[in-house]
Amino acid sequence: MAVITYRDALNRALREEMERDDSVFLLGEEVGEYDGAYKVSKGLLDQFGEWRVRDTPIAENGFAGLGVGAAMVGLRPVVEFMTWNFALLAYDAIVNSAAKMYHMSGGQYNVPIVFRGPGGSALQLAAQHSQVPDPWYANIPGLKVCAPATPADALGLLKSAIRDDDPVVFIEGELLYNVKGEVPDGEHLVPIGVAEVKRPGADVTIVAHGKMVHVALQAAEHLAKELEVEAEVVDLRSLRPLDTASVIESVQRTHRAVVVEEGWPISGIGAQVVDDIQREAFDSLDAPVARVSGLDVPMHYARSLEKLIVPGPEPVIEAVKHVCYLD
Amino acid sequence: MASTEETVVGEAPGGLSKEKLLELLRAMLLSRRFEEKTAESYQMGKIGGFCHLYIGQEAVAAGAIGALREDDYVITAYRDHAQALVRGMSPNSVMSELYGRIDGCSRGAGGSMHMFDKSVNFMGGHGIVGTHLPIATGVGYAIRYRQTDQVCLCFFGDSVVNGGPFHEAFNMTAKWELPVIYIVENNSYGMGTDIDRVAAVDELFTRACAYAGKRAEQVDGQDVLAVYAAVERAAERARTEKRPTFIEAQTYRYLGHSMSDPAHGVYRTREEVAEERERDPINTFVDKLTDAGVLTDDDVEAMDKEIIDEVEAAAEFAEASPVPGPEEVYAHVYSDEYRGGPDGRDAWR
Ligand SMILES: Cc1ncc(C[n+]2csc(CCOP(=O)(O)OP(=O)(O)O)c2C)c(N)n1
Ligand SMILES: [Mg+2]
Repeated sequence: MAVITYRDALNRALREEMERDDSVFLLGEEVGEYDGAYKVSKGLLDQFGEWRVRDTPIAENGFAGLGVGAAMVGLRPVVEFMTWNFALLAYDAIVNSAAKMYHMSGGQYNVPIVFRGPGGSALQLAAQHSQVPDPWYANIPGLKVCAPATPADALGLLKSAIRDDDPVVFIEGELLYNVKGEVPDGEHLVPIGVAEVKRPGADVTIVAHGKMVHVALQAAEHLAKELEVEAEVVDLRSLRPLDTASVIESVQRTHRAVVVEEGWPISGIGAQVVDDIQREAFDSLDAPVARVSGLDVPMHYARSLEKLIVPGPEPVIEAVKHVCYLD
Repeated sequence: MASTEETVVGEAPGGLSKEKLLELLRAMLLSRRFEEKTAESYQMGKIGGFCHLYIGQEAVAAGAIGALREDDYVITAYRDHAQALVRGMSPNSVMSELYGRIDGCSRGAGGSMHMFDKSVNFMGGHGIVGTHLPIATGVGYAIRYRQTDQVCLCFFGDSVVNGGPFHEAFNMTAKWELPVIYIVENNSYGMGTDIDRVAAVDELFTRACAYAGKRAEQVDGQDVLAVYAAVERAAERARTEKRPTFIEAQTYRYLGHSMSDPAHGVYRTREEVAEERERDPINTFVDKLTDAGVLTDDDVEAMDKEIIDEVEAAAEFAEASPVPGPEEVYAHVYSDEYRGGPDGRDAWR
């Protein structure tokens, strides 16, 4: 086990898969000479050359569509978006082309492509640069969606995504790149669509993904220390397919649930998770399920309000107290 | 498909072999007769949805695809029946797709706008205006990546040159020297909008000069030999120099934008349509061939009859083909097992 950053885990995943399969190539803005806007692709241009590490013009719909075409004839492109905010310009290529091709060709043209980049808020980047794209893609049949929280999952899920024969939307955390964690030596694959319990606990289930897993873990530590409440933190890891079974299994043991996400509440990921819990585990529940999400507003620049909008451990702690009837 | 070596008739039009000339004529006639049958079936309610006919534009698909090799790629927009047929897809599979049947090329999932056949490198059938241009760029990228000498031929309508995907795609294609041939089927209208009302340039091919330079050209899209020659040159250039070409084929659609639109009124007059029909690509080509002694009127009639029979048989085949059953509904959402979530989510279906 080595301890590496989330960024280096992604870099390792790309390098290993490009070494393993010469149909894998990376394209996007600044991925080559500049080593990537977040340095995820560091050193790859030197190792693999320009046809496999391609600096693109700032034309998201164009280069995402290029990836789709290359994938249709058998290459395995990894399309990097500098951030997911800019991928809105490529929504057509992802949703109308990548997600539909296999279906509307009657199973002839699959699209083995990964669209990846950072999502969510960073620090004071304001409304256009601080969005959580997760539900925009989790809603789309034909796509798979991953949102890893740790370096090990970033490594294992990205490798699985590159090997997958369907389009995978891979949402990294803009504030997670420097997070360090243990990563297994040797080949490490994490299956898409399988959640993981990141902290066991008997009293309440906290469901989260991406950056919010770390918020949930902080909340859980506080709850254990201050209130002797043992929270189980379930990391979804993938948003489509969604591993509802793991969530249900946990809730059936703890009888209480809080569902956390960074994005907006209306039609959010949490809305889906709560729907599944109420239907599949209704008789196990000792309290209505609580949700914690970002506030339902565009992101503020001012740090005072940004801190209020993005959920931290405090609202998660409050929600847990509520479902445990401790407030 | 692209062999032009055989017996070149003395003054044969375009300097092509008799075999090639007949192939081009057959392609156009098949497209025409097939779509006449399509219109009839549509009116009888056997075909649903949006259905865009190509009648009047046949020389573009026939000439362009006729100049390709079998291992090249073809991609187009939603007005795709003729391209599919010319590329070698069977009338049975195209008609069954129109009828929404399981023997359709896309198993009834795509319909009129989404014809696909991987076995002949026919890559669709795309319904969002402009979307498939970057896809063609990607095919070109893959060709260079693998260092083969294939080309990708990409058809699209005139309205596309005013949109972003065209420029994003063409810039990358030109910069990285990808073997893509872009061919705009300029039928003067995007649905009911005259291109002159919305384009800032008078001649569409000038839009491409920034990317293709002198490799942006205009051809008479009603002259199958002119289209053939232009694409043959472009394909040669793509194979040897790896350079893209832009071809504006000036053509005309006789019918409404789709089956639910009138042929004229509001945006164009009955007289204009009648005038355009005078330079019908099939009639003019037949005249050329009979004048040159390549064919007799009887030969043409025999070919036509054979094609009409083939098309009728395709309609009967489609009619007899089963509709997709419920087992098809989740069959091709993912290439591995569909894992949607707990069954309870669709318990009431
Ligand atoms: C992005 C997008 N906008 C609008 C439409 C609706 N639409 C379908 S075809 C069409 C006109 C396209 O005209 P043109 O590109 O000239 O092709 P033609 O139909 O003449 O072959 C429009 C507006 C669409 N399919 N996609
Ligand atoms: Mg048009």
